[in-house]
Amino acid sequence: MTASQNPLRDGWTLIVKRECATCVMVVPVIARLARELPSLTVYTQDDLTFPEGVASVNDLDLAASWHADIDTVPTLIFRENGVETMRTAGWQRNEWRKITGIKDLGAELPEFRPGCGSMSVDPDIIDKLRVRYGGEILHARRIDIAAAEDEVEALFARGFTDGLPVVPPTPERVMRMLSGTSRAPQDVVAIAPPDLVELTVEKIAINAVMAGCLPEYLPWVIAAIEAVCTDEFNMHGVLATTMPVGPVIVCNGPGTRSIGMNSGVNVLGQGNRANLTIGRAVQLTIRNVGGGRPGEIDRAAHGNPGKLSFCFAEDELGSPFTSLAVSRGFDASQNTVTVFAGEGPRCVVDQLAREPQQLAQSLASCLRTVHHPKLPFAFDAMLILGPEHARVFAQTQWSRERVLQEVNDRLQLPGAEIMRGAGGMAEGVQEAFKDATLPKFRPDGLLLVHAGGNAGLFSAIVGGWANGTLGSDPVTKLVSA
Amino acid sequence: MTNQVVLDPTSEKKLVSRELLARPATISGQTIGLLDISKARGDMFLNQLESRLTTAGAKVLRFRKPTFTKPAPVDLRHEIATKCTLVIEALAD
Repeated sequence: MTASQNPLRDGWTLIVKRECATCVMVVPVIARLARELPSLTVYTQDDLTFPEGVASVNDLDLAASWHADIDTVPTLIFRENGVETMRTAGWQRNEWRKITGIKDLGAELPEFRPGCGSMSVDPDIIDKLRVRYGGEILHARRIDIAAAEDEVEALFARGFTDGLPVVPPTPERVMRMLSGTSRAPQDVVAIAPPDLVELTVEKIAINAVMAGCLPEYLPWVIAAIEAVCTDEFNMHGVLATTMPVGPVIVCNGPGTRSIGMNSGVNVLGQGNRANLTIGRAVQLTIRNVGGGRPGEIDRAAHGNPGKLSFCFAEDELGSPFTSLAVSRGFDASQNTVTVFAGEGPRCVVDQLAREPQQLAQSLASCLRTVHHPKLPFAFDAMLILGPEHARVFAQTQWSRERVLQEVNDRLQLPGAEIMRGAGGMAEGVQEAFKDATLPKFRPDGLLLVHAGGNAGLFSAIVGGWANGTLGSDPVTKLVSA
Repeated sequence: MTNQVVLDPTSEKKLVSRELLARPATISGQTIGLLDISKARGDMFLNQLESRLTTAGAKVLRFRKPTFTKPAPVDLRHEIATKCTLVIEALAD
C-alpha cells in the first residue's frame, strides 16, 4: 500500500459487509454516526443496500479495503490532514466512543464483539487483488498461453523446465510468492552465471513458483542463490565442469523447523516439499535466468540426480555436535544456508563399530575413495553422519573437531601408495611425491553434518569438486526475511 | 476458457554474438595468441603448436588463465584482442 493510493479522506471512515454478524449488530450505531458525523464515509464490501438507511460507498471491487489495508470488518478509522490517527477493528465500545467522541455510543450493545474477516483478505481472492492493485511491481514479460493449450506442456515446449513439470508462474502465484520476502521485486540479488545477467527478486520468485515453493521458502532460495553466485563458490565452473557436481545446500537454524524441512528419516530422499523445492528453485533460476542448461554450458559427463535438487536441513536438536553453520562462524540462532559443490551421496555401512576409533577408521577408509583412492588434496567431501553413528562418538564425548581430526589422521596417504602406476593403477600423483605423505583432504576440506533417520548404523558421503581458488569453496550465507 | 498468462522466467536478454573475422589466407606474418587454460598437459600441446606456427612464419604470444574452472579475466581477454590477430585456446580432457 502506498499513501498516494489510499482513497480514504479526512474524517471518519467505516468499512462493513452485510455477511458479518457484528456489522449487522452495529447498524443502529452506524445510523447514529451518519446523523451526527457529517464527514463519515461508509464503504460496503458486498451489498450496496447495506447498512440500511445509510448512504454507503461502493467497495465491491475492494479497492478501498485493499489500499487501506483492512483485514477485519467493521473497521472504524479517523484521519486528519491526510494521516490516519486512529483505527479499531470489530466492535469495541470504548474504542468507538473514543474515536467518534460520542460518549454514550452503543449503550444498548455489548461491550465487545469481534469482527469478521475483510473480503480483501479472503484467501480465495487475495491473489487476484494483489495483482489488480499491486501488479505494477511485476516487470517480467507476460507470455500468453492459448486457451486450447495445455499450460504445463506449453512450459515444457518453451524450454523452461528441468525435465519435470513446473507450476505455471501466473502473476497471481508470483505476487503470492513475493509476499514471502520483504525485499523489493526489482532488487538485484546477484549476477547470475553463465550469462552474467542481473538476477532480481522477481525472477527468483517466478522460478520458485515453478519449482513448487511456498512463499516462506523464498528467503532460503534467495540466500542459496546469493551463495552460489559468489566468486568463491564459482557456479560458472560448477556448471561447466565435466564432473558430476551441483550445489548441495545445507540449511541451518530454527527457521528450518518453522518451514518444515526434513533433517531426519530419508533426509536426502523424496517426500519433503521444502527440501526439494528450495534446491529445485535454485537450479531452475540458474538454468532459466543465468542460462546454464545441460548440453550447452553444463558439460557434465554424467551429472547426478541431485542436480534437480539437493537440499536438506541439519538435525541440530538431536546432534551431539555443534552445527555446520556454527563451525563456520555463525550463531545457532541464525538461519543460514551453506552451499557445497558436490556429487550424489553414497552410503557408509558400519554396523559393528562400538568404539569411536573403529568407526573413525571405517569412515576414513570409505572417504579415501572419494573420486579415486589415489587422488589426495584436490577434492573436498561432506560427511553426513547418521544419528546412530554420531552416538558412537557421543558416548565418549568426541566433539566435531575431534571426529574430524581422528578421521583426517587416518587419511595421511604415503606417496609410494598413491603415485602413478602404484597398485596397478595409472592414476595417481607424480613420482616426485613418492617419499612424501599427502593428506586426502586439505585443512577444512572435510565438512561434517549431522542428519538422517534414527535407525541405521549408516552415514553418507558426498564427494566434492576441484577445491579452493582453483575451483570452488563452500560458502555460507545468512537467510534474511 | 480464457487465456492464461504466465511470467517469463528467463533473463529476457538476447545475448550479443559477434561475427568471426574472415579466416586469413596465410598464417605467415600473423600474431597468434596461444591461451593455456591451466589444465594438465595443455602446455605440451601448445608447445607443439608454437613450434609449428613459428616455422610457418607467425609470431606467437603465450597467455595463461589462472584456472580452467573460471572464464578468462576480462583484462586478459582484452590483452589478447589488442595484441593478436588470431587466438588458439587449448582445451583438455
